[in-house]
Order: sequence, then C-alpha cells, then structure tokens
Amino acid sequence: MTGAEALPLALAIPLLGSVLIALLGRWPNLREAATLATAGGLFLVVLQVLFGLLAGEPAEVELMRFLPGVPLALHSEPLSILFALVASGLWIVTSVYAIGYMRGNNEKHQTRFYVCFAVAIFGAMGVAFAANLLTLFLFYEVLTLSTYPLVTHKGDDNARRGGRVYLGVLLATSIGLLLPAVIWVYSETGTLDFRPGGILEGHMGGIAATALLMLFLFGVGKAAVMPVHRWLPAAMVAPTPVSALLHAVAVVKAGVFTLTKVVLYIFGLDFLREVPYEVVAVYLAGFTLVAGSVVALYQTNIKRMLAYSTISQLSYIVLATMVLTPLAEIGAVVHIVAHAVAKITLFFAAGAIYVASKKTEIHQLDGIGYRMPVTMGAFAIAALSMIGVPPTGGFVSKWYMIAGAFQHDYYFVLAVLALSTALNAGYFLPIVFRAFFRREPEPPARDHGEAPVTMVAALAFTALLTLLVFVFNGPLVTFEQVILEVAP
Amino acid sequence: MIDQHFLALLVVVPLLASPLCLLLPNGRLPWLLATAVAWVVFALAVFGVFRVYGDGPVSYWMGGWQPPWGIEYRLDALNALVVLIVAAIGAVVVPFAGRSVPAEVDGANIAGFYAAFLLALCGLLGIAVTGDVFNLFVFLEISSLASYTLISQGRNRRALVSAYQYLIFGTIGATFLLIGIGLLYAMTGTLNMADLARRLAEVEQTRTVFTGFAFIVVGAAIKLALFPLHLWLPNAYTHAPSVVSAFLAATATKVAVYVLLRFTFTVFGLEFSFGAAPLSLILATLAVAAILVGSVSAVTQNNVKRLLAYSSVAQIGYMVVAIAMVTALGLTAATLHLFNHALMKGALFLALGCVVYRMGGADMDSLRGLGRKMPLTMAAFVVAGLSLIGVPLTAGFISKWYLVLAAIELGWWPIVAVVLVGSLLAAIYIWRVVEVAYFREADDPARSEAPWSLLAPTWLLALANIYFGLDARLPVSLAESAASVMLGGAP
Amino acid sequence: MSLLFEHYNYWVAIFLMMTGFYTVISRGNLVKQVVGLNIFQASVFIFYISLAYVDGGATPIVKEGVEVYANPLPHVLILTAIVVGIATTALGLALIVRIKEAYGTIEEDEIREADQRDGKDSDA
Repeated sequence: MTGAEALPLALAIPLLGSVLIALLGRWPNLREAATLATAGGLFLVVLQVLFGLLAGEPAEVELMRFLPGVPLALHSEPLSILFALVASGLWIVTSVYAIGYMRGNNEKHQTRFYVCFAVAIFGAMGVAFAANLLTLFLFYEVLTLSTYPLVTHKGDDNARRGGRVYLGVLLATSIGLLLPAVIWVYSETGTLDFRPGGILEGHMGGIAATALLMLFLFGVGKAAVMPVHRWLPAAMVAPTPVSALLHAVAVVKAGVFTLTKVVLYIFGLDFLREVPYEVVAVYLAGFTLVAGSVVALYQTNIKRMLAYSTISQLSYIVLATMVLTPLAEIGAVVHIVAHAVAKITLFFAAGAIYVASKKTEIHQLDGIGYRMPVTMGAFAIAALSMIGVPPTGGFVSKWYMIAGAFQHDYYFVLAVLALSTALNAGYFLPIVFRAFFRREPEPPARDHGEAPVTMVAALAFTALLTLLVFVFNGPLVTFEQVILEVAP
Repeated sequence: MIDQHFLALLVVVPLLASPLCLLLPNGRLPWLLATAVAWVVFALAVFGVFRVYGDGPVSYWMGGWQPPWGIEYRLDALNALVVLIVAAIGAVVVPFAGRSVPAEVDGANIAGFYAAFLLALCGLLGIAVTGDVFNLFVFLEISSLASYTLISQGRNRRALVSAYQYLIFGTIGATFLLIGIGLLYAMTGTLNMADLARRLAEVEQTRTVFTGFAFIVVGAAIKLALFPLHLWLPNAYTHAPSVVSAFLAATATKVAVYVLLRFTFTVFGLEFSFGAAPLSLILATLAVAAILVGSVSAVTQNNVKRLLAYSSVAQIGYMVVAIAMVTALGLTAATLHLFNHALMKGALFLALGCVVYRMGGADMDSLRGLGRKMPLTMAAFVVAGLSLIGVPLTAGFISKWYLVLAAIELGWWPIVAVVLVGSLLAAIYIWRVVEVAYFREADDPARSEAPWSLLAPTWLLALANIYFGLDARLPVSLAESAASVMLGGAP
Repeated sequence: MSLLFEHYNYWVAIFLMMTGFYTVISRGNLVKQVVGLNIFQASVFIFYISLAYVDGGATPIVKEGVEVYANPLPHVLILTAIVVGIATTALGLALIVRIKEAYGTIEEDEIREADQRDGKDSDA
C-alpha cells in the first residue's frame, strides 16, 4: 500500500468504524472489539502514510471537486503525520481506557458515545491530512459538532449548560472569524492550498495582513487563546475519556495544529515577519499562558485545573509558533506531542481516581498515593513533563522554545516561560505532595484500590510514552525539520 | 409534441387538473391525481432545464401568435432554475400531503385543497415561465388567491385571520405591480419583456418610468416579504397546514425574488435600476434590517413554525443583500441561496409536519423529548438546521461561502459581519429547538416515529441538503449562468 | 393649472387610490377593509381605461370612415384584472364569513383580543 492509497483510508476507517459500532450496539463486547479494531487499523494506516513519506513519496489525493479552485484534498507532510500519529495512537490507548471507564461507571448511551468518538477521530484525521484551508475548515467543524454529544453525554442541566458554551464559543469563532478569514484568503489569492513558504506573499500587506492574522488567531477557537478559551473548562462536564483524548489531544491540538499550518503554509515565516504588529500575537499568547496558569492555581476541581493548565500549555505552542524562528517552530511541534502524552496521562489519572473513589476535588486527594500507587506515579511523571523537568518530553520542547527565543533575543518570551514554569510547579507539585506525603484524614466510605486494570494499563503506558519522547527526541526533531524547508 | 409544447404544458397540466380535482370525491383520489400532476410537472421541468443548458433559451409563442403581439413563454438560465425549484419542491411535498393533509384539514375540503394546491403550482410556474408582464400579473394573482385559500385551511381559527391579512397585503402588492405595469405600457405600448427592455431604453429618463419602477419594486417587495413589508409572512406560515407552510416557504417567496430580479435586470436593465436610482443602497439597508430583525425575532419565538417563518424573513434578507451587490458573484450567491434555501426550509417545515402529525402541535412544549420519541424526524430537522446555520458539508455552507466571498470582493465588510452574525443567531434559534428535543423529557417517552410516507419526503430534502453541500456543481453552474444572463452575457 | 385639468383622469384615479388605501389601513371592520381594497383596485382600472383614450378616437370597432380609434388593449387587460378583483373580493368575503363563524365578530381589535385570550403564541 502506498502513501497515496493509505490517505483516503485514514478517513474511511474511522467513518466506517463508526457505522460498524452503531450496528453492533446491541452486543457490547462486539462493539468494543469493533472500536479497538478500528483504532488499531487506523494506526497501521497512518504508519503506512508515514513510511510512504519516509520513502520520499509525499502523497496528495484529491477526493472531489468542491468549489472552483478548491478541491476537497488530502496530503501528507511531516506536520500532518505527527498530529495523525498522536491522535490515532492515543485513540487505541483511550479506547482501552474508555472501556474500563464506561463499564466501571455504568454510563448510559455507550453506543452513542463510541460512535461519536469514532466520528470525532474521523474529523481529527481530516484536519491532520487536509491539503488546503477549506478541507481543514470542513473537518474542523466536523470535529466541533461530533464532540458536542460527547460533552453533553450526561444529559443533565449541567451538561446542557456546558454544551451550550462549548458549541457557542467554537461555532461563533469558527463561523464568525475563521470562515471570513478563509474566504478572504481565497478572495485575495484564488487558492487555499498549503504551500511551503506560504501563499499570501505579494497578495496583501500592511494592516490588512495584521487583521487577517488576528482573525485566524481568534477564529481558531480550539487553540483557546484568551478570551476565546471559555469552552475548554465548560467541556469538562464530559466523561473523562473524552476530556482525555479530545480535550487534551485531538480537539485542542487540532486548534494549535491549524494555527501552525496557517503560519507556516499560508502566511509563511518570511512574510509574517513583515506583517506589522505581528508581535501582538506573541503578547496575547504570553498573556494567556500566564493567566491560564494563575487561574489553574486557584482551581479546586481536578479536571477544571487540568483544563486551565491545557489552556496555558496550548499557548506555549501558539507562542512558540509566533516567535517565527526555526528552532521555536520545532519546539512548538515537539510540544504538540509532549503535551499530548503528558496531559492525557493526567486526565487518565483523574478519571481513574473518579472511577475508583468517586473523588473529583483536589483537597480530597490526601494520601491517595498509597491506595493507587501506579496511578499517582504516572500522574507525577506527567506533572514533571508539564513543568518541563528532564527526563520528560516537556523538557525537550521547552528547550527548543527557549533556544528559538534566543535566536531573536525575545526576552518577553523568556520571561513568560520562566514565570509559567514556576506557576506550573506551583499547582502540580502540591497534588503530588498531598498524594504521597499526607495521611488519609479518615478511611473512605468505600474501600478501594486501583481502578480497573484496563484503565491503569492505559495510563501507565502513556506515562511511559512521556519518558520515551525525551529519550527519542532526536528522530522526531530531524523528521520535523523538513517543514522549515521552503520550496524555491 | 412535448419537445415543442413543454413550456405551455408546464402551466396547462396543473391548470386543467385543478378543476378535475374538484370533481373527484373527497378521499385519496384527489391526492393521487395531484401527485401524478406534480411528478409530470417535475419531469417537464427537468426536461426544460436540460434543453436550456443544451441549446440555450427556449421561446414559445402561445397560440402561435408572434411576440410582442402574442404572449411569449420563455425559458432561460434564470427562470429554468426557478422552475426547477418550484417543480421539485412540489413533487416532494405532494406525497407528504397524503398522510399529513387528512390529519390537518377538514375531510370535506380535501378535493378543494388539492384543487387549490394545483392552482398555486400552476400560478408559480406561470410567473416563472411567462415572458409577458401582464401575464405575469395574472399568474401572480392565481398563485396568491390559491395560497390564501390553502393557508385558511389550517385547523386553528387563526389560520382564517392570517389568510385574510395575507390577502389584504398580497392584493395591495399585486395592485402596485399592476399600476407599474400600466405605467410602462403607457410609455412603450408593449407588454413583452424583451420588447419592453428595448423600448424602455428610449424613454428611460421620464418621470413616468421612474414611478412605474418604484411601484413594481415595492409591489415585488411586498410579495417577497422584504422587511418592513414582511408582517403577513409569520402568521401565514405559522397557521397554515404543514404541507402548505413547507411548499410556500420553499417556493412562493423564491418566485417573488425572481420577479424582482426579472424586472430590475431584464426589463429595466442594470444601468437604469441600479445606476440612476439608489436602489442598491436601499435594498442593502432593508436586507440588513431583515437579517437582524428576522433572526432576533426568531430567537424569541415559542412556536417552532413561527420561528422558522421569522428565519425565512432573515434568509430573504440574505438573497436581497446579494442582489444589491450587482456583481456576478453577488448574483450567483443570490440565486444559489434561492435554490439552497428552498431545500433547507422545505426540509425543516416537513420535519415539523411530522411533529405536528404525531404531537398535534409545533410549540416548544410539544417538542420535548422528541430526540428519543421521533429520532429520525429530529435527525432530519438537525441536518436541515445545520444547513440553515451554514455548517460545512451542507448546502447552506455553499450559499454562505459565495455570499461572503461576494461581499469581501466588494469590500463590504459590514455586510460580511451582518451575514455572520445572522448565522450565529441561526445557530442559537436552531439550538434552542435541539436542546428541547434532546435534553428535556417527554411526558410519554414511548417511541412514536412518523410513518415512512412522511419521513421519506422529509429525508429526501434533508439528504439533498447534504448532497448539494458536497457536490455543488449543479446549483453553482446553474446560478452562475443565471447571473450571467442577468448581467447581459450569453446564457 | 393646465396640469390639473388636462390630466384630470389621473387625479381622479389618484384620489380614489388614496381613499381606498386609507380605508384599508384605518378601518377595523373587515368588510370595510375589503370595500377599501375594492376602491383601491377600481382606481387602477380607471387609470388603465383612461389610458387607452386617444384624442378624438372612436370606440375600437372597425367602421367606415373612422381613422382614429381608442386603444382596445388596456380594456381587454382590465377585463382580466376586474375578474381577478372580483375573485379577490369573493375570497376575502368568504374568509370574513368564516371568521365571523369562528370568532363571532368581524372587528379586528376584538379578534385580536380573542386571540390573546387563547393565550400562548400570541402575535406582536
């Protein structure tokens, strides 16, 4: 199978998988087997695309003519493969985890849950492999809509309110800001293809380009740059597997991935440096980065704290992208991976705690490390990655970001990075401390140990991945360096 | 014979079938006849569209009298699209009526109902195909009188008052049109559109022509329910039987938009309509008001039919603002939205028809828990609703794409903002319905899906929304050639 | 002055039109509204008919020795329009009869009150 053959399959598999899951809804075991088979199959297909690219055959597939000059098309390049690999690989792990979580919690409507999950992955694959901005926009919206039933899964008033904010913010930004930005680009250039070096150069300039940049920055609501971050804490009403894969990996990474793609392949680094006031984006991201951490510091609910931490971490990526130096771009890309594996571990741990003990608040965690050593051990590793301590993935990305900032002597960025590292430590370390160095105040109402084995296996595996990103960062960086090569 | 006379048959078949319907006994027979007629008409319309795109405009002389003395029927790219919309919606809606109408209309009036329906169909098609302005007025009145009758058939007594209000408004609008036509005739001595266009060029700068122009634009604006002349529309759509709401919402206002386009572009000509008078500015202003007022009113409604009716007021605003741009892209966007809006509003009103069939009403309360009770119906509603919002992969997105593209091309940034705000308001009012249907519990949660004879037409239109969102070549190429006809290029 | 007298037929038409229009807008009685609508339409008919008159023209029936005829076409057109007008009036009156049956009144304000008494989904 060549890369070009595998590309459409990467979309077809999750879509067909969702149909299969829906059909098998009556037999839970078969249904879960279908989910796992789909996830595994998808990962293999994405690997095929990767091998195709490594063999020097970048794939480009046109699915259908959509609008004049803008086909619905897919392509493979290092950045897309990276995102697709992260999303599809972690989907397998999350599926294993979700089976334990959903059954352990006796959740209702499990078929709908798995179906929507598969459709969301379909959307994420589309975003990853989109060859032009319109294709990307289409799948971006698929991702928004397919995750709505997941966010409101519980169906109570709380879920409905959360869903309203979720959909409201994401649709308002994408239709209100991103869509006009896309159409504007099309109107100026007549194309929307992602091309190395960008397509805008020579078509627009001055303050209009700044306005366009701002439309993109806020239009991609999934990147959660303040003040369009509200949807992410709201989405925490969802079951934990959803928060873990979608709101720590697929959906939010789709946001920063979109921004990175726009910066690299629509604007182009060289052109963007000429745009007046492009630094505003850096300041906005820097502000979000610090403010997100500060808000996280004051959270009492574990998942909400993780959500604000995600907001802050996403802005690392946006910030690094907007520093506009090659090393910082690499830092941004590596951080997509590093943050994904670490944050999913944290969410997995939060879900495991909930399933095992029904605890959701930080102050309840005293001494829980003795009851759930694996879970909290994984939590500790992931927390270190968030702070950026070796030997975790978070250290690698932060290293490149700082190096990138030095290339331009960007002291603002350096200051922000230092400040937020301190803040991250300020809200993650107390939890680890609580779990391992404090005694349980009173025995819990229900005696419990670790969560179901599938969940523990999943979170131990992702914690291991966090360490592996540190060890094997070399190949990752070499592979991604290609994105900086501008075609003549 | 079909090859020569299909244009006349398009109008004559429903016209002759209508009295025949009245002769049939109440029951299923009138419905069968109406279905057969609607499908024949649809086949003729498809044939016509292929002819126009194969060989160019088709001209037919009624009774063999040569225009400008005789009445000419003429099909070009612009009205071929309109004929296609009307005929297609008719062909989808009549099968739906088979189950829905006996439930909503007095059993003694069934034959009369279908007779009026066929007359309305005949009138709307007649407006679209005729090349004679007075003939256009006559067909306008045929379709209007038939629609007043259809609306009055609603079960609620308010249907009567709504029909009456519409009658008053509609008659004033049609009479305005008549005055305008009379003034044009006084200046040129002809009623044929093409001939009028030629002769008007000589007398363009007279006050009479300006007065005629004003009367015609206002008359058309009343019929197409342009803000602030839209007051008749919400009541009429709310209280009419579901089938009628679906049919009229998808076709009647579209045909009125066509009348406006035909007069301003073909008869008066681009330079006169938009050059001398500040029509573009007036239309754009009113359209913006329509979009905002219509959408905001829709958000506050408690009856879903009325909500959709106000949404129609807003959607008409989109079409008119696109017309006001007077560029190739703008006109493409307007005609495209004409087509797409018929699909989405048709599907939405049909889905509501299913709800009314089962629940007996369309207020928010009766929609509680329907996501579980009537999953297929509500799924169709959601699909069409997404299209109305303009979410990608639906027909509504294609409309919105062209509309925003056209506005950006002209640098009309405020219009871009208004269009997008309108979409967001649409998201709010559609989502209010979705939340009620999926998050509130029904009193009696037992599953009671609508029968397939109602679901099939509803889903046909809902799927059309997705199909034309994926593969928009057909409507886009139709709309583009319609735009080039309006701007005076070759069709 | 000459404008006033030369085109007195138009002035008549405009006067009738405004009278009819005003009646439609201002009256609350449904039958009076329909009558107003009739006057409004009739003004347009008169306008069309007077349009057809040609100075010194005879009735448009071919006769020996007559050179100038009035234009017959507007008359024909207006015959159609009159038929349409009658149909509209008939339908309007039929609706009023049904409204009277359903509401027991044909006064607009009383109908609105009755609707509001019905409660929900009242109209602004």
